[in-house]
Amino acid sequence: MDNITSLLGGFSDVLSPINLLIALLGVTVGTAVGVLPGIGPAMTVALLLPITYGLEPIQGLILFAGILYGGMYGGSTTSILLNTPGESSSVVTAIEGNKMAKSGRAAQALATSAIGSFVAGTLGTLGIVFLMPPVVKFAVSLGAPEYLAIILLTFTGVTAVLGASRIRGLTALLLGLTIGVVGIDFVTGQQRLTGGVPQLADGIDIVVVAVGIFAVGEALWVAAHLRRKAGEVIPVGRPWMGRSDWARSWKPWLRGAALGFPFGALPAGGAEIPTLLSYTAEKKLSKHPEEFGHGAIEGVAGPEAANNASAAGTLVPMLALGLPTNATAAIMLAALQGWGIEPGPLLLNKEPELVWALIASLFIGNTMLLLLNLPLAPAWAKLLQIPRPYLYAGILFFASMGAYAVNSQPFDLWLLLVLGLLGFAMRRFGLPVLPLIVGVILGPLVERQGRRSLQLTGGDLNGLIGGPVAWVCYFLIVLALVWPLISLVRRRRGGSDKGGRGPDGGRGPDDLANVKAGTSINSSEA
Amino acid sequence: MTVLVGFVPNPLGEAALTAAVAEARRRDEPLLVVNMSRDDVLVDAHRAGQEQLDIVRRDLEDLGMEFEVRRVEEGGDAAQVILDVAEAEQASVIVIGLRHRSPVGKLLLGSAAQRILLDATCQVLAVKES
Repeated sequence: MDNITSLLGGFSDVLSPINLLIALLGVTVGTAVGVLPGIGPAMTVALLLPITYGLEPIQGLILFAGILYGGMYGGSTTSILLNTPGESSSVVTAIEGNKMAKSGRAAQALATSAIGSFVAGTLGTLGIVFLMPPVVKFAVSLGAPEYLAIILLTFTGVTAVLGASRIRGLTALLLGLTIGVVGIDFVTGQQRLTGGVPQLADGIDIVVVAVGIFAVGEALWVAAHLRRKAGEVIPVGRPWMGRSDWARSWKPWLRGAALGFPFGALPAGGAEIPTLLSYTAEKKLSKHPEEFGHGAIEGVAGPEAANNASAAGTLVPMLALGLPTNATAAIMLAALQGWGIEPGPLLLNKEPELVWALIASLFIGNTMLLLLNLPLAPAWAKLLQIPRPYLYAGILFFASMGAYAVNSQPFDLWLLLVLGLLGFAMRRFGLPVLPLIVGVILGPLVERQGRRSLQLTGGDLNGLIGGPVAWVCYFLIVLALVWPLISLVRRRRGGSDKGGRGPDGGRGPDDLANVKAGTSINSSEA
Repeated sequence: MTVLVGFVPNPLGEAALTAAVAEARRRDEPLLVVNMSRDDVLVDAHRAGQEQLDIVRRDLEDLGMEFEVRRVEEGGDAAQVILDVAEAEQASVIVIGLRHRSPVGKLLLGSAAQRILLDATCQVLAVKES
């Protein structure tokens, strides 16, 4: 019951007027950026990063957590009303949600996704309360080689398991690792990849990388595709649900939460796979399978619950291990480093107030979101009428200001532009952004852990493969990388055996690829 | 010579259309209905759906009018589009709906109706919602 006591302590820290105000600001901004396609919580957190360096760490984290949860709520609104997913995790919601909206049931679709998100978000946050301390206890006992193996597993997860293509994922990861090593080597003091430019000796600040890739890259991408026919306004009433809607929604909510949380909590999680699994499960279990494809409420309730639970789940590896599995968590980690707090297994022991206050703020933010979203849904839908030039001019302004504020040197603005062009090129060639950001943030960490392991053994490579935890991780990595080969061989052998089901949901990525190909979303947000 | 009406799917647009029909009959000229939606926003409240345009077409057919319904989907400036079409079609009169705007609203967003009134080379009939 230690957890509950600590959580209550967290509540008492959060429940001050200024913190509540920051939480409200976070969820409002989060919902707004979630509604707008292409602008997601990750970009917003990156843009706000320089501003939060002036705040207390706890207030900054409350703000970011509000944006993370708010983005999940807002994304569903766009999916339902516009059939353009605001977030990659809302792709599945669009399938049934937009059909419901077109048949005049937009209010019910919005209601089931908002209430489902609340239920799943609350359950997911409870999951953090109970799951995180044991994970921390386990993680503290790990040595450098095991920790290295877990980070490498995360790399494999975000590159090979998530996203449509392994090669593209690995390319993006490599780009990220390359950006991560720029600067002075911390062991030997040599300059690496600086090209003799003195400003690069300190490395490239994560703010510049994140803002360049997310904000400038996205703005350039939109500028290249500015002209698109406008959609029609779908009238949104105040969201409400009838008795039969409740009866058909509550089970998918719980099932979605149960599917989403574990996937989010895995070091190779993400929200796409559980939303898809939830959709498939609801389709199989539904008493009205004929309605699927024509606006079945279960197909909105389940995936929406799953993506919120998974957003909660991603905070477990982030807080317990210092490992981000989505882009927003990655930038939250960068923010922690910016405040001089070392993320990792020791975070909970060193900064218990911070962690528990963050978790308490999640409960509060989630409740605020429900209150904010049910009555205000029509107002959020109005955001879609903002002309793109206004929107992106604002984003570019904040991006440049943020990048300049880091070191107050004009050089960073050039760097921002170069990284923005890189972000544009990545979108053009379909490279996912998440592996790059994870690479930039975890790259230096991997290097440190790897070298520490090698120093411990005096340079013997066997030192990298110590302990059963490491063995399991390396086994999973090899499995994930070799899986396409295995399934290829199996498919060739037996034509009737259609690929087979992977032990860890190996079919997920293929199905996901289809969904992604079906709806045109650039993979910039996670 | 034609009567050009800027149509939007709301009561104001209906009022403008009704006035345009009367004007076209009085002048004995064909009617050109233009619905403009911007291409730099995700959704545009001024965009008339296919269904709404079909209703307009049916109503005008029932009235026995000579007419054309045109949808413009490019560009970001409704006033400019209406003015360009008026020039190209040599419209004798432009019919637009005029809505009350507060001073702050005008300051923030400008007014398409105001620009048409000031910049048009032909006559302009401004209609208030009845």
